[in-house]
Amino acid sequence: MVAEEFSSGNSFFHDFDPRIKIAVATLFSIIVAIADRTEVLLLALLFSACCIVVSRLPLKRVMRRLFLVNGFILLLWILLPFTYPGKTLFSLGPLDASREGIRYALTITIKSNAIILACIALLGTTPIFTLAHALRHLYVPDKLIQLLFFSYRYIYVIYLEYVRLINAMKVRCFHPRSDLHTYKTYAHLVGMIVLKSYDRSERVYDAMLCRGFRGKFWVLDHFSLKRRDLIAFIIMLLSITGLGFLQWGKGLFS
Amino acid sequence: MHISEGVLSAPVLVTGAALTAAGCGFGLKKLDYDRVPQVAILTSAFFVASLIHVPIGPSSVHLVLNGLMGLLLGWSAFPAILIALFLQALLFQFGGITTLGVNAFNMAFPAIICFYLFAYAVKVRNNLISMGAAFVCGFLGILLASLMVAICLVFTGNPFIGIAKLVVIAHLPVMIIEGLITLFSAGFLKKLKPELLEVVHAKR
Repeated sequence: MVAEEFSSGNSFFHDFDPRIKIAVATLFSIIVAIADRTEVLLLALLFSACCIVVSRLPLKRVMRRLFLVNGFILLLWILLPFTYPGKTLFSLGPLDASREGIRYALTITIKSNAIILACIALLGTTPIFTLAHALRHLYVPDKLIQLLFFSYRYIYVIYLEYVRLINAMKVRCFHPRSDLHTYKTYAHLVGMIVLKSYDRSERVYDAMLCRGFRGKFWVLDHFSLKRRDLIAFIIMLLSITGLGFLQWGKGLFS
Repeated sequence: MHISEGVLSAPVLVTGAALTAAGCGFGLKKLDYDRVPQVAILTSAFFVASLIHVPIGPSSVHLVLNGLMGLLLGWSAFPAILIALFLQALLFQFGGITTLGVNAFNMAFPAIICFYLFAYAVKVRNNLISMGAAFVCGFLGILLASLMVAICLVFTGNPFIGIAKLVVIAHLPVMIIEGLITLFSAGFLKKLKPELLEVVHAKR
């Protein structure tokens, strides 16, 4: 299981204040998700590419990640040109590909990749526990943060349990096939994982109570807003506002 | 069954986010602080379970188990699914910030429906009834979720109708598999740890 592949590194983004990172990533995602002019989207993609460059992440791994995520987009490319009504660009047997359909698919591809890249550069460079801490400063409910914290804390533990069970199955010559036996075995695997995690949660909670847990998490390190964080924030905010202005600005003055 | 970033229109995204916020608010309100670790660790269990790929013919599907989540977690399934999707978005970049609301609602709403329809029936002594209920629970979880995805796509624009139909049809085999898996794992849990099926009713 890949865990926080991009979170360690040495770049400006890696020590950028996570509260600002979350704010910028959210704002950028929203603007790009509702924008529809091609030039705006291309600029947004440029913005994301700049973020990736600044974050100094290994390009090869970022690309591999992008490739994996584009599955749904591929489906759109296969279907949209043929189902979208519009001028026919070319025909494939009985199917007519419409110019509008291709344009639409292209727009979605740019949007999607711009958002994913920006999120990798901004959120991927932050450890998840730090993100959880930052989210608390951004008024996300306390219980939700605790849920996030505990689930992430125990995912790897449960994953190891799962690996152990899978190995036990393999040792007993289990070969997955498409039959009822396989499904039953997998169902029992799921049941076992749920059972073990339930038991573990009881032990964990009891241990926490023993150590005086009273429903509150104390943090030792606090965020501090540095001047360069603020400057970067302003630059990014201005670029995002610029994108929004390009998209909707004309209507303001006409 | 994630909808990628940048596909859906703004009204759909906003509606999804608002509904998820409402559902999570309600789920969190019902959740006591002393059950937080329990729900959280079950969330990680379901996260790991969703990594399991089950073979079906020449291909394979990964488990979703939102029906089973509904059965075990009740209204807590809402925040649990939100967290699971958020972690998926952060760790694998599946989905993202703007689609988080919609995707969470598409999975969690069927979970709640399953909870209300089947949580009682699954616990019934009669094996036939409880097995049948568990199967339909898993089946319906995916059926409703794929229908919700289809509805989101259709509300975004008419050209998506073709894809929307395909999404539902493509999930038919997944529905059957999820039904079977839910049937057997609910039976398993009922035999080994019946109180797990009571969790949601235990403390109010």
